[in-house]
Amino acid sequence: MLYREAGQFKASYQEDQQIFPIRQDRMGFAAILAFFFLVVPMIADQYWLQAILIPVLIFSLAAIGLNILTGYAGQLSLGSAAFMAVGAFGAYNFMLRIDGMPFIVGVVLGGLCAAAVGVAFGLPSLRIKGFYLAVATLAAQFFIVWALVKFPWFSNNASSGVITAQRVEILGYAFDTPVSKYLLTLAIVAVLALLAKNLVRSTTGRSWMAVRDMDVAAEVIGIRPMHAKLTAFAVSSFYCGVAGALYAYTYLGTVEPEGFSLDLSFKILFMIIIGGVGSIMGSFLGAAFIVLLPIFLNVVMHSAFGGSMPAGLGSNLELIIFGGLIIFFLIVEPHGLARLWQLGKEKLRLWPFPH
Amino acid sequence: MAFKKTALIGAAIAGLLATGYAAAQEQFIGLPSYRVGPFGSNGASLYGGWIDYMAMVNERDGGVNGVKLTWEECETEYNNARGVECYERLKGKGPTGNTTFQPLSTGITYSVLEKVAQDKIPMVTIGYGRTDAADGRVFPWVFPMISTYWTQASAIVNYIGQKEGGMAKLKGKKIGLLYHDSAYGKESHAIMDKLAEKHGFELSKIAVANPGNEQQAQWLQIRQLKPDYVVLWGWGVMNATALRTAAKTGYAREKIVGVWWSGSEEDTIPAGDAAKGYTAAGFNVAGANYPVVQDIQKLIYAKNKGNMEDKTRVGSVLYNRGVVHGIITVEAIRKAQEKYGKGKSMTGEQMRWGFENLHIDNKRLAELGAAGFMPDLNISCADHEGAGKLKFQQWDGAKWTVVTDWIEGDRPLVRGMIEESAMAYAKEKGITPRDCSKEL
Repeated sequence: MLYREAGQFKASYQEDQQIFPIRQDRMGFAAILAFFFLVVPMIADQYWLQAILIPVLIFSLAAIGLNILTGYAGQLSLGSAAFMAVGAFGAYNFMLRIDGMPFIVGVVLGGLCAAAVGVAFGLPSLRIKGFYLAVATLAAQFFIVWALVKFPWFSNNASSGVITAQRVEILGYAFDTPVSKYLLTLAIVAVLALLAKNLVRSTTGRSWMAVRDMDVAAEVIGIRPMHAKLTAFAVSSFYCGVAGALYAYTYLGTVEPEGFSLDLSFKILFMIIIGGVGSIMGSFLGAAFIVLLPIFLNVVMHSAFGGSMPAGLGSNLELIIFGGLIIFFLIVEPHGLARLWQLGKEKLRLWPFPH
Repeated sequence: MAFKKTALIGAAIAGLLATGYAAAQEQFIGLPSYRVGPFGSNGASLYGGWIDYMAMVNERDGGVNGVKLTWEECETEYNNARGVECYERLKGKGPTGNTTFQPLSTGITYSVLEKVAQDKIPMVTIGYGRTDAADGRVFPWVFPMISTYWTQASAIVNYIGQKEGGMAKLKGKKIGLLYHDSAYGKESHAIMDKLAEKHGFELSKIAVANPGNEQQAQWLQIRQLKPDYVVLWGWGVMNATALRTAAKTGYAREKIVGVWWSGSEEDTIPAGDAAKGYTAAGFNVAGANYPVVQDIQKLIYAKNKGNMEDKTRVGSVLYNRGVVHGIITVEAIRKAQEKYGKGKSMTGEQMRWGFENLHIDNKRLAELGAAGFMPDLNISCADHEGAGKLKFQQWDGAKWTVVTDWIEGDRPLVRGMIEESAMAYAKEKGITPRDCSKEL
């Protein structure tokens, strides 16, 4: 009943082409946006903003990036963290070397650097597929981190290769409180997520999906696989790059190349697998799941057992439960959290009278 | 009915006040520890030693002037992002919030470097972290105590000079620097270059890729170069591999000198016989026969309350390093209480004063049962390093034996570099350095 669409008629092409064709979805989306933009800054404390919400948003953006490449265009990649590093170091260098560089422009330029690097490492995708391509992007992961450590110019000759992000300032307003940083991150992520949602519905997105589903057939119907694959790599890396810049500027403040290790790439991959491959909303759900669950387990372990359990055992149990839950979850719903939501929506359409 | 209600409310308020009063007698210390992940065993030893020391102080002295020490662990997995989460989570705990943050990770140190200044929580990074933060005028909230990486490199060169019979003998010698190819490993380059220039030895830097379990090519290169000494600047699995590969290629272990992250039982025991004769630096020594460790054994482990799961590691290098963390933290609380009121829980700001005015001389160390256990310490507003002395220990196949007295680094040279680097940071960030002559 909640999702009854009866009476919602589309009388123009415009109405038919909306992002959210169902009224309930539109209202729900507006309510969610209003909640995160207006209510959360008022009720959330510093811990929630700084340590939970900002990283979840940033990782959602990175997961969207990988989802575009892997979920929509079907190209496996293990280099997402490296592209994040390019974005972070790119934005840092633009803001350092060019006087008066506006923050947003710096972040976008950082993202463009990542896009360029992504295209370069995407070139092998024209010849190889699947696991072979994953290995090629693995090279990006190692090469980029190595290059950032090897050439001290990237980190402004800091003795240890660690960069400290500059102050975030837009039109004279300094973003230095947790609330303002959160709102800035949220605004950027919301805009880019909407853009991504639109992009995957467009010609570009459809050609990605065609290449993903069957590249030979796609070529036969007039889609240029080279163009499709390289745009997917460029857009995906751009998103990862912007996420990396935000990671440096609004979350950590200082980053080192080793922070963008293979581990982080795997984490982003797990996010899209858990969240749902080929779904923008799944990227958000997956990021929230992977970031929040370990913290939740850690807190629960502490409050439930306190001093009675050896600390080492507690930490190991956390990992065991985390891993176990992921396996359980993938067995129960291999298509991820986004699929669960979709099923729920279909049930709500018939509720309370299922046939 | 009304009476009952009033009585209940009254009791509730009284209860609240009582708990409030009791809570005021606590000093909360947040521990961003790690017991899983690539360096989990190191973290378990170090935080185990620290926790045991605090438990022992609570047990033996009833806390610091009656203020009980309380703590809570937060698992970071040696991961920067998790470390930041732990920092934020621990920040508000306890009656006065978290009052010192000691992450034992250079990455996490960098990630919270600016946050600690905003939140007014002193960060103590004993023997790691950002080297130039030793300049307290630019970094008032960061304390890279006892010895920084640069002092350490310089002390190692001094030790080699001593072994050769004088610094002048270093001229024309060859020293290889086998380092972990990361921010941590590269921290040594600037100072080693300067020292090579000053003393006239030839320096060859040889990188080992993370994590460091493949070193055939590097040791082949060392065999060709035939350096007189090899400085091992390694980490985790890299150390044991280096010692084993050195044994295989026939390079004398006596000529390898490790930094302190290469000098624990976790590094030598896995290398087996190959580690025999190897020397490493340390700002604390190994051994369970110091009175302070004996007290922990007697008051904590005898009652089966110890934190270490592997009790044989009590008295190992990293465990004792944890005890050093405990001693410094507790002494800073004591110092801060002298100024701001005994028997009260200190705030982060008051703790900072305690750290900044910390003087632990040899007499005090003897009182603590730690004479010769760690160097004497003298922190000031400008100098957050405070000691800069190392002892060298040799592995005899079963345990570490101290082979030198405290050896100092080239302090004027190191201090000059620290100030230069700190001033560059201040300029980049628009910080006006404090005037230490005006500080109390």
